[in-house]
Amino acid sequence: MTAGIQRKMPPLENGGEPPAEDPMTTGTPPERGSAINGRLGRGVEVVPRAKANLRVRFRRDRSLVLMALPAVLLLAVFAYLPMLGNVVAFQDYSPYIGIPGSPWVGMDNFTRVLADPDFWLAVKNTLVITAFQLVFFFPVPIALAMLLNSLVSPRLRSAIQAVMYLPHFFSWVLVVSVFQQIFGGAGLLNQSLRAHGWQAVDIMTNPDTFLFLLTSQAVWKDAGWGIIVFLAALSAIDPAQYEAAAVDGANRWKRMWHVTLPGLRSVIVLLLILRLGDSLTVGFEQMILQRDAVGAEASEVLDTFVYYTGVQNGDWSYAAAAGLIKGLVSLALILTANKVAHIFGESGVYSK
Amino acid sequence: MSTLTNKLPVAAGPARPPRQPRTKTERPIWDEEPGAVVKAGKIVVLAVVVLAVLGPLYTIVLTSISSQATITQAGGLVLVPGEISFAAYQQILSGGVVTKAVLVSVGVTATGTALSMVVSILCAYGLSRPGSFAHTPILFTLLITMFFSAGIIPAYLLVSGLGLINTYWALILPSCISVFNIIILRGFFMGIDRGILDSARIDGASEWRTLTQIVLPMSKAVTAVIALFYGVGYWNAFFNAILYINDSSMNPLQVVLRSYVLQGVSVPGQVDVGTGAAAGPALQMAVIVLAMIPILIVYPFVQKHFTKGVMIGAVKG
Repeated sequence: MTAGIQRKMPPLENGGEPPAEDPMTTGTPPERGSAINGRLGRGVEVVPRAKANLRVRFRRDRSLVLMALPAVLLLAVFAYLPMLGNVVAFQDYSPYIGIPGSPWVGMDNFTRVLADPDFWLAVKNTLVITAFQLVFFFPVPIALAMLLNSLVSPRLRSAIQAVMYLPHFFSWVLVVSVFQQIFGGAGLLNQSLRAHGWQAVDIMTNPDTFLFLLTSQAVWKDAGWGIIVFLAALSAIDPAQYEAAAVDGANRWKRMWHVTLPGLRSVIVLLLILRLGDSLTVGFEQMILQRDAVGAEASEVLDTFVYYTGVQNGDWSYAAAAGLIKGLVSLALILTANKVAHIFGESGVYSK
Repeated sequence: MSTLTNKLPVAAGPARPPRQPRTKTERPIWDEEPGAVVKAGKIVVLAVVVLAVLGPLYTIVLTSISSQATITQAGGLVLVPGEISFAAYQQILSGGVVTKAVLVSVGVTATGTALSMVVSILCAYGLSRPGSFAHTPILFTLLITMFFSAGIIPAYLLVSGLGLINTYWALILPSCISVFNIIILRGFFMGIDRGILDSARIDGASEWRTLTQIVLPMSKAVTAVIALFYGVGYWNAFFNAILYINDSSMNPLQVVLRSYVLQGVSVPGQVDVGTGAAAGPALQMAVIVLAMIPILIVYPFVQKHFTKGVMIGAVKG
């Protein structure tokens, strides 16, 4: 099975069209002749020729275009239309009048948002959580992957992998419920503490330790799943490098430092970029679920700020402005992070 | 000739790699045996990790099938199996809020996954041939949405403008396609040997036929993984439900789970203890178990394909 799939692994998409680009994409017999012309045109990548054949290409590929159409339509409605819907951020929007009738107020909502201490509290919480998880979450999958990779028995390795991936597929409601059952006031931990005559500890509702709670929930749910990419990168390291290092006298730890970690470098950089680009998005459902328990002070992040001011309090334009600020800053962050990766010679998320 | 054709499929078929029974002796010669401390450390860490995942699940499942007496004796969660009773499941599945929520979740997950798979497979196949008509613009249309999302407010205004509030479509359509999943599928389709597709085309097969009769049967593993991703997404969806559904009789299981376990709403039937009803903790645990059962059932079958499926995504994404 594994070998079968491996053989079908696509080539890296780094150099334009694959050289073995096939011309015989004709669906119906009459067009065969033009397809052979197309072979010459595209095989040697004569661009003007391809452009001239636009009509021919459309006739040849129309079923492919038709197949992509439903997804494009869904995106147009549920991803692109809402992008336009962000105009309410520049209005004093009222659901009863609708977007066309609502008065325009220019940048008023933005100035209000930027002067709002609650907004800045949400920004602060978001960034603190991101920074904390960058230190205490991000390295966990790397360490676990290296540990797992050092196991010699493949059977044990895949069994442990299967267990570690599992919590990723649980919902946040389920994860928080599980934590509640174990660490909550009536949970397993406090139940046994009380049984032994000790004081119960308050974990689930303590705002001061909420950061640790959040991070341990995130680790429990997703750290195991996170190793999958690192395991793939580890299996791509040429064993001959380890052998050569060992022959040269490098011990276990030196091999890890000089062979394993460099082998993981580009994946680490890639995931770091993605995480930084996503700095402003932290555990939205996690926060909503635990807001009642720890209070808004500790659990307000940007997404919850938008949700509660907009959908709950009906201040649509104000919330949309805050959401738009978040979206644009996130976009800028990911573009910047990618640029930095290029400067350091890594390929990053995309390349030109 | 006949001997040749007889042998051919064996050589060309997806033969399993020769099984290599790797044992301890397989450690390469240059690799020294780790010291006792390192070895013990590894065992401890891995044992803790496995226990941290399975331990909570064990006690939750056990409590859900324990009798009132066993739970009272344990003082809450049960660690040591005692008297077994399925009263909690009988109670919550015999009609009422939880039963309705399970049906809603199953319906939304089944419909949503089917729709998502059809749309995603078609799109991935349509985009699997670089250089085809409008390939690049369509691909970019997809990729841009991964970098910039419109936000909660416009999404809500749109769904409400379309009149989808308090309909099950609101739980399906906005999250119907994941560009990431399409890219994974596309990566796989692009890796399929061109020779096979060409021979189908020379034999006169249309794109539709090539997709359904050749490409899909070759892509069972990756299709299963993507179907799991979509299915889990629908089953676990919580925020979309509290955003778009105000009618509590339409709530999916995750929302009901939240109200019973996290918001302290009593599970129906929990109060009449005298009638031999299941204990409160057992009912709560049973709702938790219901929320994870579909995942626990499907997971083992799909799990083994993860590495390849996701690896392709990582390489392409």
